[in-house]
Amino acid sequence: MPGAETAPVISVHQLARRFGSIEAVQGVSFEVGEGEVFGFLGPNGAGKTTTINMLCTLLRPTSGRATVNGFDVVHQRSDVRRSIGLVFQQPTLDETLTAEQNLRFHAYAYGVPGDVRAQRMRELLTLVELWDRRGSKVRTFSGGMKRRLEIARGLLHRPRVLFLDEPTLGLDPQTRRRIWEYLAELRARDRLTIFLTTHYMDEAEQADRIAVIDHGRIVALDSPTNLKSAVGGDLITIATADRDAAADELRTRYAVSPVVADGTVSFQVPGGEAFLPEFVRGFSQPLEAIGLRRPTLDDVFLHLTGREIRDPEGDAGPEPANVGWRR
Amino acid sequence: MSELTRGLCVVAYRDVLGFVSDRFRIVASLAFPLLFLLIFGGGFSNVIGPMAGGVDIVQFMYPGIIAQAVLTTSLFAGVSIVSDREVGFLREILVAPLSRTGIVLGKATGAAAVALLQVLALLILAPIVAVPLGLETVVLLVPTVILLSLVLSGLGIFIGSFARSQQGFQLFMQMLVFPMIFLAGVFFPVDNVPLWMEVASKANPVTYGVDAIRQVFLGAGASGAGLGVTVFGHTMSFVEEMAMVGALGVVLLTASGWAFGRQE
Repeated sequence: MPGAETAPVISVHQLARRFGSIEAVQGVSFEVGEGEVFGFLGPNGAGKTTTINMLCTLLRPTSGRATVNGFDVVHQRSDVRRSIGLVFQQPTLDETLTAEQNLRFHAYAYGVPGDVRAQRMRELLTLVELWDRRGSKVRTFSGGMKRRLEIARGLLHRPRVLFLDEPTLGLDPQTRRRIWEYLAELRARDRLTIFLTTHYMDEAEQADRIAVIDHGRIVALDSPTNLKSAVGGDLITIATADRDAAADELRTRYAVSPVVADGTVSFQVPGGEAFLPEFVRGFSQPLEAIGLRRPTLDDVFLHLTGREIRDPEGDAGPEPANVGWRR
Repeated sequence: MSELTRGLCVVAYRDVLGFVSDRFRIVASLAFPLLFLLIFGGGFSNVIGPMAGGVDIVQFMYPGIIAQAVLTTSLFAGVSIVSDREVGFLREILVAPLSRTGIVLGKATGAAAVALLQVLALLILAPIVAVPLGLETVVLLVPTVILLSLVLSGLGIFIGSFARSQQGFQLFMQMLVFPMIFLAGVFFPVDNVPLWMEVASKANPVTYGVDAIRQVFLGAGASGAGLGVTVFGHTMSFVEEMAMVGALGVVLLTASGWAFGRQE
């Protein structure tokens, strides 16, 4: 497990936060090692942002304790703040100022010494490919450029931990990929620890370990690979004329639990790739089509909670339980 | 540098930077007082004629307009908190290792610096409206404007800490600002008006700030001649007024520090 050999950079014990009668976070515990990419995966309202806000000293916990870089998030707030960089879900730039002015403000606010300020600003702006636009007002920037600028700003004071709250929400796939490339580079170079919340499954897969959070509780914590293997194997879908006969044969001959739906029969088997050739040769029903799919974190979440992660965009209010697969 | 002084410096720096790089705000902040002076001054001067002490209405109004510019700009410190909250920049400030008190004082200092810049620009008008302008006037004016601005920005920050939307805040401010300006002796002396107005004006702390600035320009003589502020038969002196405004400032800035620090 990454970080097991060094002291944890983030250590959280029974952390809880209540808003009135709503228990947003109900006693979560975990540790994050140095250089680790740790993901918080869960639907909107699961308690991801509340937890991040507590770790960033923006919100006092109702109970429990947490340390970041060895500092207590309640009693050593300034030390915690100096140790972390933040990229929020919503932009927090001053759009009336230029990119460079925004960075300079941050450098002053964190007391970055004058002799390294200019060099670091240049280095980070180059990294996020905004050096040419340093003199432009932020209001002229696209969503992706703003997010890149925020990442550069969050790293200006050389934090030990970078918190990314839904870092690529609403960005196009190409920009998302670029941002992950920068983060990988920084992680390799500075042993930067990255704490990220997301409800994009593909983004969560970038993490070394993922805590699946639902209704303010951690329901699972493991590597993406282990989480996926816990689901129970690969998903095979077949199309055939006599679906009921096919299902019967699957049950009796292969000892799996087939599901007949939408004109197909699907079932799960461990090691689907090895299973498939044998199955195609031996199955008595004529096959019209066959598909193999690895389990995704979508399946993990469904498996753990019985629900799907809600769609990030336009999730106004409760949704019907069965809304079909995303995408 | 401590978290308090650093907070003060960076927040003030950013607010001044925001002002000087916003051409529209610069023009508007100067055009508004000018408009007041031209319209009210031009409209009234033919009707009213010279006032007591040989001062004409435009000369009387000019210091009042300066005070009004200070008032508007200072209350803007509160608007900036609300708009920073709306665009998210407030979070960048709140999560930085800066003290809350330092941030509040920085907002007030930034507003005072901007107010001072505006006042210095408005001094260009002094010769045009025939207000005498000597070196000692300017030397005395600078600390007066700074003090008044710090105090009024305390009020703006206090209200801004509670406001959740810019529209709500602007509406509330207009409700507050217009009576404060009209009942502060900007356009007419407060000693010679109907009783209810006199009471309201003399209860309005801005009145003393306006009068202090007027005394800087026109001297204590004009106050003695009936253009000043008389409370229970006593004509307020410049020093008394400054002490009063300063005391109020301590209260307002403490209250705004509490109101701003209250948020998590």
